[in-house]
Amino acid sequence: MNPLALIGRTLLDFLSVVGRLSQFAIRSVRHCFLPPFYLRQTLKQFLDIGYYSLPVVGLTTLFTGMVLALQSHTGFSRFDAESAIPTVVVLSITRELGPVMAGLMVAGRIGASIAAELGTMRVTEQIDALSTLSTNPYKYLIAPRLIAGTLMLPLLVLIGDIIGVFGGFVVSVYDLGFNAANYISQTWQYLEFRDVTSGLWKAATFGFIITLMGCYHGFNSKGGAQGVGKATTNAVVSASILILVVNYLLTGLFFAGK
Amino acid sequence: MTDIPKIELSGVTKSFNKNHVLRGVDLSVGKGESVVIIGGSGSGKSVMLKCILGLMDIDKGTIKVDGQDVTNLRRSALDAHQTKFGMLFQGSALFDSLPVWRNVAFKLIQTPRLSRKEAKERAIETLASVGLAPDIANLYPAELSGGMQKRVALARAIASRPEIIFFDEPTTGLDPIMADVINELIVKCVRELGATALSITHDMASARKISDRIAMIYEGRIIWQGSKKDIDNSGNPYVDQFIHGRAEGPIKMQIRKL
Repeated sequence: MNPLALIGRTLLDFLSVVGRLSQFAIRSVRHCFLPPFYLRQTLKQFLDIGYYSLPVVGLTTLFTGMVLALQSHTGFSRFDAESAIPTVVVLSITRELGPVMAGLMVAGRIGASIAAELGTMRVTEQIDALSTLSTNPYKYLIAPRLIAGTLMLPLLVLIGDIIGVFGGFVVSVYDLGFNAANYISQTWQYLEFRDVTSGLWKAATFGFIITLMGCYHGFNSKGGAQGVGKATTNAVVSASILILVVNYLLTGLFFAGK
Repeated sequence: MTDIPKIELSGVTKSFNKNHVLRGVDLSVGKGESVVIIGGSGSGKSVMLKCILGLMDIDKGTIKVDGQDVTNLRRSALDAHQTKFGMLFQGSALFDSLPVWRNVAFKLIQTPRLSRKEAKERAIETLASVGLAPDIANLYPAELSGGMQKRVALARAIASRPEIIFFDEPTTGLDPIMADVINELIVKCVRELGATALSITHDMASARKISDRIAMIYEGRIIWQGSKKDIDNSGNPYVDQFIHGRAEGPIKMQIRKL
């Protein structure tokens, strides 16, 4: 095949996917704000996405905070800068590691589950059945998930931040010999409100991305079990990559030149 | 004055890329009539039903319901159009996360907005009309046999007393006795509701039992239609080959030679 034709075909395919995804996202967001609202479905998603993800996010951020304290100590002790450890832990967790680690873990847990559930509903004609039962699938299936993902991720990350900082505290005090009161005082000293809120904005964006990717790939899956498997993989991979890319862009937006 | 057909398709075409599924379908179904479409796999039967329901857009032609043009409707007009229909899907398409009664009462809770108590009572009444005992109302679809799932799906299709009911391969996958039970129930329910029925099937016993009129679709066009008693003397070689299930004849199966 002509290499130029191959490049052209790849570019056209990519643009077509971007177009379809944008159309799907606009339509889905519109349905989040237009009645009827399915409160019961939305509350169920709050539980699934928020409450049931808490153990995974808590464990991930706990160990991230612990490792961060250990690694910072290894590096900083070489030039007697151990006193910076509390600040490094709290800033790293709240600005970056909390939202990104939580986002990636939830992408694996929730993105995959949404894609598999909606994909199975698509291939077994349950989504078509919804339309014949006077129910718009965008309102019933997609809007509750998008709302829950966007609102629950910041809450999860806020709890994850606290657990992550606590992990750093435990290692520093019980393993590295820090004074507990000094550690807490150092943690607060350089922490700004913006450090936490920037992480929460990132979390809301990641929550939207994870649920959108899960819904998009599940809703448009084709074929049988293989199609559902492919949709699940695509949902997790695309959400994870987008989280990393968007994290860079948002970090640039929030902290460029500051 | 001539009666306006309940459903009327004129020159309907639908393609998926280079695959021309419907190539100009003309079909008219009278009010209260039961028409069965027969045809081989991939002849466009299911696509035709989905186009009438508004689940797929057509490329050319017009679709009218009650004399009103409903071709490629959008948003609220499409929602209003779909409230007229009930559909029994080939694989039943029951919502596996909901108990049987919630499946049957799904539309009743959405559109006339019945209370859950009233909706459950109506669901149990409808289940009784398809020969199912009230004690299955709280079971989940996965706990039922294939035949019972079909009955629940039939109950769901008729629970809101729709004007038009579509039956997509209603007897596929059932043993001959259960298939006949489902056929009897279809005839009974359609007669009691006074609904217009459009069914698609490969099963000739089912077609003869539930239809007033039979039409055959081949390569995306209606090639024959007439009363069910005329089908054995249709004079159409395609129809003859299909109803007798012969490998030899004008319909060639696309089989790749080894």
